[in-house]
Amino acid sequence: MSEETIPGRKSFFSLFNICAGIIVVIGLYITYLRFTGGLGAVTNLSDYNPWGIWIGFDLLVGVALAAGGFVTSAAVYIFGMKRYHSAVRPAILTGFLGYAIVVLALNYDVGRPWRLPYPFIIQQGTTSVLFEVAACVALYLTVLFIEFSSAPLEWLGLKRARDIVIKLTMVLTILGVILSTMHQSSLGALFLIAPSKLHPLWYSPFLPVYFFITSIIAGLSMVIFESTLSYRFFKHKMDEIHMQEKNDITLGFGKAASFVLAGYFIIKIFGLSSSNNWHYLKTDYGIWYLVELLGFVALPSFLYAIGVRVKSLNLIKWTSVLAILGIILNRFNVCLIAFNWHLPSSERYFPHWMEIGISVFIVTVGLIAFRFIVTRMPILYEHPDYKDAH
Amino acid sequence: MDGVFYTLHDFMIHTESITYLLIIPALLGITVFWRLIAGKDDN
Repeated sequence: MSEETIPGRKSFFSLFNICAGIIVVIGLYITYLRFTGGLGAVTNLSDYNPWGIWIGFDLLVGVALAAGGFVTSAAVYIFGMKRYHSAVRPAILTGFLGYAIVVLALNYDVGRPWRLPYPFIIQQGTTSVLFEVAACVALYLTVLFIEFSSAPLEWLGLKRARDIVIKLTMVLTILGVILSTMHQSSLGALFLIAPSKLHPLWYSPFLPVYFFITSIIAGLSMVIFESTLSYRFFKHKMDEIHMQEKNDITLGFGKAASFVLAGYFIIKIFGLSSSNNWHYLKTDYGIWYLVELLGFVALPSFLYAIGVRVKSLNLIKWTSVLAILGIILNRFNVCLIAFNWHLPSSERYFPHWMEIGISVFIVTVGLIAFRFIVTRMPILYEHPDYKDAH
Repeated sequence: MDGVFYTLHDFMIHTESITYLLIIPALLGITVFWRLIAGKDDN
């Protein structure tokens, strides 16, 4: 329930620490190779395939899965669903760490980290979608940092600074929703420039809408998934309020995710129909498209609905995993699998093991940071000095 | 003139018609679906 209740003294050499340590050492070695030898030393990227898994997974999937922050804070502070309040801090933390590792991953892909602020101070490419994505991600990361900072400020006992941050909650929430709407959709808009490269089943003028709606699904599913893992590994850190609201959060977010998935399924069918792409469904890519649409959109929507209907928390939790896999598959399809679909297989992209290594390394760094924060700061429990302050 | 010559207008009429027809079951379906998942407690 609180910081003092760690059950016994655990050895530093736990399974998690050993695995994380090995991954971090390998990741640092690949980082050295990347920044001394360039992209060619560690990736299979080429002029045909300039975006690999560092963009397809680390950035596109990372940003989508970090959407839980704006979804949860909008539900609680804008729509007044106070019964989900205990989910806000874990969701904001996941969002903040998610965006932080997205920016970290971007440095590997772009290189020359000291030039990251260039779009804002040297060359404003204001007609570029990428500029809008960069501006929104930078601003939203700042917003998430301020939103999250109330927890470390409580932990450090800086009451006055914490009170100022709490007073900004509504403004930050509204900013978060605006910025998220803009850049989540803009990530889809990036692909509007390549109608001849992206397979017609995935290319659509509605791509920005698809990306935005799937980010809401990802955010809702991630909150369920994250609360399940938190309960599994950090149960001793949770207070009574978190324990009581846990099931309500799973049911409520499961219901919302089910409905949004159903809406997404419908507009995907509309997209298929308005582009008259039915005939592609008979091809190999068509079957793969149906696997994504039926197996990772329609099925989780149905399973969430059943779970909510019969109040099966386990079914909802497992469905959240399926929905998250569906988001990952969708981003992979758009960015990698259905991209450059017309090229011969010899020219197609497959990630180098060191690209995968860096992605695993970055996710591990996020997990280490999450564990460090959750075990020290009031994320899963109310700080004793601020009980009932919300 | 043996073959049929389809114009962009024909294409638009064809695809838009199918899409508009799909809207009807979609609206009915999503309403029924919402009743299914939210029927027991609407708050």
